[in-house]
Amino acid sequence: MIDKIRAADRRRVSLLTSVGDRVRALPRWQQAIGLAALVAFLYYLPLLGIPGLTWLRTDSIAGGNNWAGVLFVCAIYVLVAIGLNVVVGLAGLLDLGYIGFFAIGAYSVALFGSVNSPVVKWIQQEFDLPPTWAVTWAICLFIALVLTLISGVLLGWPTLRLRGDYLAIVTLGFGEIIRIFARNATGVTNGPQGISAIPGPEGPPSAENEIFGLIDAKPWYWLAITMVLLMVIAVRRLEHSRVGRAWLAVREDEDAAAVMGVYPFKFKLWAFAIGAALGGLSGFLFASRNAFIDPTQFNVNLSILFVAMVVVGGSGNMVGVSLGAVLLAYLPERFREIADYRWLAFGLAMVLVMILRPQGLIPSRRRARELKDRAAEAEEAPAHV
Amino acid sequence: MNFDELFGHLGQHTVDGLSKGAIYALIALGYTLVYGVLRLINFAHSEVFMVGTFAVLGVWTAFGVQNNPPIGQAVLFLVLGLVAAAVASGGTALAIERIAYRPLRRKNAPPLIFLITAIGLSLVLVEVFGLLLPDIAGGALPTMFGRARQIVGMPTIIQQETLFTIGGTAITNIQLIVFISAVVMMAALDWFINRTRYGRGVRAVAQNPETAALMGVNQERVIMLIFVLGGIMAGAAALLWSMRFGFTQNSIGFVLGLKAFTAAVLGGIGNLRGALVGGLFLGIVEVYGATLFASNWEDVIAFVVLIVVLMFRPTGLLGESLGRARA
Amino acid sequence: MRRSYVRALGTAALAATLVVAAGCQDSGGEGGTASGDCGGKIAIFGAFTGDNAGLVIPSLNGAKLAVKQHNEKNPDCKVTMQEFDTQGDPAVATPFANQIAGDNSFLGVIGGHFSGESDATMPIYQAAGLAMVAPSATRTDLTQKGNTSFFRVVGHDGTQAGAVATYMKAQNAQKVFAIDDGSAYGAGITAELGKNLGGTLVGSDKIQERQSQFDATISKIKAAQADFVFYGGYTREAAPLVRQMRAAGVQAKFVGPDGLYDPAFPQGASGGAEGAIITCPCLPADKAGGTFSADYQKEYGQAPGSYGAEGFDAAQIYLDAFKDGKKSRADILAYVKSYDKQGVSKYIKFDDKGDVDPTKVVIWAYQIKGTAIEPLQELKLS
Repeated sequence: MIDKIRAADRRRVSLLTSVGDRVRALPRWQQAIGLAALVAFLYYLPLLGIPGLTWLRTDSIAGGNNWAGVLFVCAIYVLVAIGLNVVVGLAGLLDLGYIGFFAIGAYSVALFGSVNSPVVKWIQQEFDLPPTWAVTWAICLFIALVLTLISGVLLGWPTLRLRGDYLAIVTLGFGEIIRIFARNATGVTNGPQGISAIPGPEGPPSAENEIFGLIDAKPWYWLAITMVLLMVIAVRRLEHSRVGRAWLAVREDEDAAAVMGVYPFKFKLWAFAIGAALGGLSGFLFASRNAFIDPTQFNVNLSILFVAMVVVGGSGNMVGVSLGAVLLAYLPERFREIADYRWLAFGLAMVLVMILRPQGLIPSRRRARELKDRAAEAEEAPAHV
Repeated sequence: MNFDELFGHLGQHTVDGLSKGAIYALIALGYTLVYGVLRLINFAHSEVFMVGTFAVLGVWTAFGVQNNPPIGQAVLFLVLGLVAAAVASGGTALAIERIAYRPLRRKNAPPLIFLITAIGLSLVLVEVFGLLLPDIAGGALPTMFGRARQIVGMPTIIQQETLFTIGGTAITNIQLIVFISAVVMMAALDWFINRTRYGRGVRAVAQNPETAALMGVNQERVIMLIFVLGGIMAGAAALLWSMRFGFTQNSIGFVLGLKAFTAAVLGGIGNLRGALVGGLFLGIVEVYGATLFASNWEDVIAFVVLIVVLMFRPTGLLGESLGRARA
Repeated sequence: MRRSYVRALGTAALAATLVVAAGCQDSGGEGGTASGDCGGKIAIFGAFTGDNAGLVIPSLNGAKLAVKQHNEKNPDCKVTMQEFDTQGDPAVATPFANQIAGDNSFLGVIGGHFSGESDATMPIYQAAGLAMVAPSATRTDLTQKGNTSFFRVVGHDGTQAGAVATYMKAQNAQKVFAIDDGSAYGAGITAELGKNLGGTLVGSDKIQERQSQFDATISKIKAAQADFVFYGGYTREAAPLVRQMRAAGVQAKFVGPDGLYDPAFPQGASGGAEGAIITCPCLPADKAGGTFSADYQKEYGQAPGSYGAEGFDAAQIYLDAFKDGKKSRADILAYVKSYDKQGVSKYIKFDDKGDVDPTKVVIWAYQIKGTAIEPLQELKLS
């Protein structure tokens, strides 16, 4: 049985790699057309109505969820995965507290942009501003990015000197601290009651908003997918820059990198801060779309889910981690029929994928080679080891 | 900041913290043993503990144990519970090793992969026990909703009583039992690792797997041994937990596992005595913190202390040294 | 050879995109209003799976029962009810709200069951002109936000906290110690209680979710020498808390709100909860009007738990609207607003904010006996 699955998997992989090779062999203009078609398809997805594909929609089942809304969540998670991929996949740092940055991003737009937040109320009082005053959305975006960057550096500064496994527990603690703070510091964050009326690009949520309204989730998805595409381009450029090569060197062998003049700490901190900012951006979009956040939405379980997205998808490869994110966000929604067994199935799938394909569904080429090497080393070693 | 309360009853809070930390320490041993030998965080260890509490629940339910049984029966039930929990937890730990880790070790996969597999497996265990709960608890569970995943109570085996009071600090029989059993279990494990032939094998593999293999140590057997030992310790913790708190739920493992892992790191992961020190230290810090502020800041205080300790002692309070443990 | 293959592939992709652009769209819902002269579709959302489902399932069952009885009695006025399982998570509830709001065949909504999910989705339903009737979202400020389409057939936490305070005073409580779990629900109701108690509140503590060990809290209770302990929260933390309190020799009377109205509470505390008082704005089964309790018992083989009658009432409002020939969201919203009838749980008539008349709210105290939750007495509201 396992062998059969393995064989099928090998066929699938060879198919995938051959597709990849073929695409790469294409002339530039044809690649561009293909890419344009893919992007167009991504933008078309919320309207998906091609006969034969409609069963993909999450609202095609009874009691199913809004399709564009689910797509939006997928896009948000892809953003998270891309950000976490910088930290885990590229720089090789295990961050189990990524939800903390997501929460900081979400809370920055809530605290500064909503008229219901204690922070805005305090500013109004202090500076005699009208009760409708709040920081505009675009400036909140800036605040979110700056705050998450800073918190990334603040967390990274003392902890990045620690070895990998220690880093895992410390970051996990960080994520919990953020959530508990949001829950307990009622005077700042409204505590468990949460913050409502979080603004979108058109200002606070109201029925009059024409594009980013309350009911239609499609524009939100388009906004999110645009952000995703921009960030994919940005991270891609970063990956192939000097910084990207430095990350690689640090991940492979920290000491060797240091000897060659790459100061590991600096580049690790960079990875941490950039990853944090991407997580913050994602949380920012999440909060302004939902217009309501409370601390229960930033549970530590989500951090672990995020890491799972990256590793299951194939850490180091942006296409892979995006696929992982989409699958983990989408499958539980599409298969609501198995309601009570959803998480059981999810756990089983995770174990199976990891045992059969430790490199992830679509691994990065370099990573896959590394794993092969490691496996070969293992085989060379004495049989009983 | 309630300094009056903290310093007014400092002894009491310390005792409370020690009895809290003793359970952390027992669970922390499982993390430390596996980490010491395999350099790997066994994330599913929290569920090993959870399975242990369910084994205790199952046995007590099967025997129809009522609240406050006579002392003879109580001892019998405790022993039965211990055996059941140790078997169940040890077996679960071994199964996790076989199903999730061995195939990956064969491929020499990086530690991150182990972590994700373990997370998947703990999800499976949590859900399986959540859904099986009504069956395990038998008639004990109210059938009003027939719902799974709820909290289930267990009978009180030993009535909590104050044994003696030293300078205003009351020590209860249960606190004493929990603390002494935890320390005894740990001393036994320490003796086993440091004084027996098997223990020497464990230390050898922890120090240098290849050399140990050359010297004729069966690495696979050592790995199985440490998983089983960690499982038995978690089983003992499960019994102490059931005796002290008397309830379980499919999701209790997560928070406890997190704390136990924190304790292991605090003490120096891979170091058996470190697990004890880390567990007790964490327990005391939490109780002090909850007294000073409110109980809902407990976790924040625990994690802040962890970060501070790691900044000054990057390998924990006692450092990591299963391999280098002095004989 | 390879070239042509690739070109074919590219053309196919392009063609697919064009087909797509040609407007192969699907707006999701079936659209249109209810067919026929009578009847229609409503939605119900809440935590039907997950940790706190036990509190919500009776309400869902109550609503299902109402719809079933209606359809049996009125074969020419069929009403369908669609379930949406939010697991109580506001982030999950929001896309559902978009789905329901965007699908014009839904004419009314029952929910939310928790305050957080109600808070998150209220603006969406209001924008869509959909009425929301909540069977168990009790946080006080939900109706104070100027929302015009939110109604609840249950008393709010302020009313309940007032009744608890009155009860404690009547019991001659001198020193009350209040604990909450820091959740929106628990912290809210405990704060309301604090306002009502004034000087008799001698101490408080906040615990965290999934906490198991309460030594620090118990020390504080002992130090305060409390004769009453109030716990605002849910079963998961309450059961071990009350048990450890009793084991540590604290004799204070334990009082908790409707979040503990859950058979897992006495069971989870294994005898520790004996004599504890639970208040609930829900009627004892045998006090509910009409044949509801008997019907529920017959249908589901168990007594209606917390909010079964409220779920039934919420559905009944819509059923009456349909029977009255209302067929659009606006008509139904107006109908709900002016609803004025005796329900099985209480007399239902909403004020301009969407609350039922506070004097019509019935709050009962229940006492734990063994593993049963037995009705003790009706509480005076203030």
